[in-house]
Amino acid sequence: MVNPVQRLGAASLRFVEELGRLTRFAGRIGAALLQRPLRFGRFVDELFKLGVLSLIIICLCGTAVGAVIGLQGYNTLIRFGAANSLGAVVGLSLIRELGPVLTALLVTGRAVSAATAEIGTMVVTEQLDGLRMMSVDPVHYVVTPKALAMIAVMPLLSTLFTLFGIFGGYVIGVRIMGLDAGTYMTSLQDAVDFENDVAGSLLKAVVFGILVGLIATYRGYNTAPTSAGVSSATTSTVVIASVSILVFDYFITALWGV
Amino acid sequence: MTPDPTTTIRSDPTHLAFDDVHMAFGDRQVFDRLSFTFPPGRISVILGGSGSGKSTALRLIGGLVQPVSGRIFVDGDDITRLSERQMYGVRRKLGMLFQCGALLDSMSVFDNLAFPLRERRELREADVATRVRETLTAVGLDDAEDLLPSQLSGGMVKRAALARAIIMQPLILLCDEPFSGLDPISARRIEALLCDINRRFGMTVVVVSHDIVSTMRMAASVLVLLPDGALQGTPAELQASTDARIASFLNPDLDAAALHEVGRVEALPGRAQAGTTW
Amino acid sequence: MRRSSTRDLIVGLFVLAGLAAVAYLSLDVGGVSYTGPKGFLLIAKFDEIGGLKKRAPVVISGVKVGEVADIGLADDYRAKVTFTLDPTLKLPVDTTASIVTSGVLGDRYVSLQPGGDEQLLNPGDQIEFVESAVILERMIGKLIHNADVGGGKPNDSAAQ
Repeated sequence: MVNPVQRLGAASLRFVEELGRLTRFAGRIGAALLQRPLRFGRFVDELFKLGVLSLIIICLCGTAVGAVIGLQGYNTLIRFGAANSLGAVVGLSLIRELGPVLTALLVTGRAVSAATAEIGTMVVTEQLDGLRMMSVDPVHYVVTPKALAMIAVMPLLSTLFTLFGIFGGYVIGVRIMGLDAGTYMTSLQDAVDFENDVAGSLLKAVVFGILVGLIATYRGYNTAPTSAGVSSATTSTVVIASVSILVFDYFITALWGV
Repeated sequence: MTPDPTTTIRSDPTHLAFDDVHMAFGDRQVFDRLSFTFPPGRISVILGGSGSGKSTALRLIGGLVQPVSGRIFVDGDDITRLSERQMYGVRRKLGMLFQCGALLDSMSVFDNLAFPLRERRELREADVATRVRETLTAVGLDDAEDLLPSQLSGGMVKRAALARAIIMQPLILLCDEPFSGLDPISARRIEALLCDINRRFGMTVVVVSHDIVSTMRMAASVLVLLPDGALQGTPAELQASTDARIASFLNPDLDAAALHEVGRVEALPGRAQAGTTW
Repeated sequence: MRRSSTRDLIVGLFVLAGLAAVAYLSLDVGGVSYTGPKGFLLIAKFDEIGGLKKRAPVVISGVKVGEVADIGLADDYRAKVTFTLDPTLKLPVDTTASIVTSGVLGDRYVSLQPGGDEQLLNPGDQIEFVESAVILERMIGKLIHNADVGGGKPNDSAAQ
């Protein structure tokens, strides 16, 4: 009878310990941000790998999601004679929720496997130790540019996703269902408010970027140095990151007063 | 290249020394009460079977891991008292050749060698290029400068890593199994390079190895890590030793038995001193 | 380090595209004004604003000419509403501001009926003639009350 309780207690303790380590790791990344040299070149490299290479999937998925909302939205709204509000429905759904959340989930897969594989491999092949022996802080050289790139990329990709989604909704609503283009855009513009909607959306994207950036690099850095270790770390990290995104999504939505 | 056994080995006790070091990873003991010093400007070799802790000893010198207790001296500083930040300062005096090379795999050989120079930002790019090419020539990799590490053969990786380790002209060069995974010719080449570097720059060289023959050829001082203790002496002293453990360790025919013995996990009561005959 | 300038260029373009997207979403769709409250400000005090929100449209004859910039409480406990309007507007001092509902159950907005006076309102002036929001429940309540009372003898309450 006691055993499950004991195990739960032990698991909770380990969880809290892990959070503590994660926070200290975050602190190291933060401290590394203030150190020179700035390593801008590596930051740009990471932006490319994470941002530019994700563009296609973001644009495709964005358009698809927008189109689906357009379709579902239209079919529902038409019953209440409110089809003219389609622009608002598509826009608000994307801006407030689907843009940041779906983008984050999509990027997580790529980001985590890249980070875990690269950083994990560097641990295994002693490259990180090699850096330390050359008086270079591996967190500063490898981790910080990656983490920073993830934070920077998220709001950009999220907004692009949203815009492509609005476009997808437009294609369905206006071109296919025959709504008036002006009505679509006007209902969108009237319903969307910067403070309540767009700002919240950007905030979510940045928070998700921080979450993914931190979790992915932390796990990659602390990977067990075997190739099986690297791959199992990748899978579990994607899960952890995804759950964290959804949990934080709830809290931000609740606190932002949307 | 054979060190003269009659030369008195200067031992500056704080150039490179362990004092009463106890090392363990969690419950797994590595060694206990280990003390030794290595002579400055000479080649020293750490011998031992697999799992004897020789690579760990090297990593302790580099400050990559911390001992449970004891003191470790590098060029006069007790590095066990230093923070990671302060260690970066000490590491400027060290160069390390890792077992797999540990070259940054996304960069060319040239950029790998240039990396430590560029990090210091003391040299202009033109001077960096000159230094890199000189060092490449010294290790015989002139044609490889634009290759990626993945395109290099095993021997070339070691030479490139060696070049990177010495390019800043450190005080002490640490080599973790530089001959492992190499064919005899390449291994000999590395050995010759190490001796050459030691002679030319007067660098202290510490080599971790399990190859007896090359050790006897190049070392001025040998530290043998055994399952139940550690012993140190010149190659001549080792050869002349009547200790059964040394004999079985050095005798190739008994190597299998020696290897069996080395699979231990108990704490070691060893104590080694320089220059003792036993 | 493979640093190609093509890559840098692409990253730069990507960042620009992303920032442009954010700008578009914020300004064009979200309605952030980049020059602060443009146009000229007018104030009006209402007894009741109903569900009027900030950024609700201000219209003349159905055409949007501005927005509600701020809503607050005046010293006399009436609602003080500030509008920002198209700067090219010329409104006479006897203009009326009414809070109306779009549709029966829709959002509140402000409708201005320009008067005929020659004197014009200046920026910062207060609109004197206002019609407060009609609260549906009160109106229904009144109707029921009047119907009740009307069934008996006529008295003062019928005059309300």
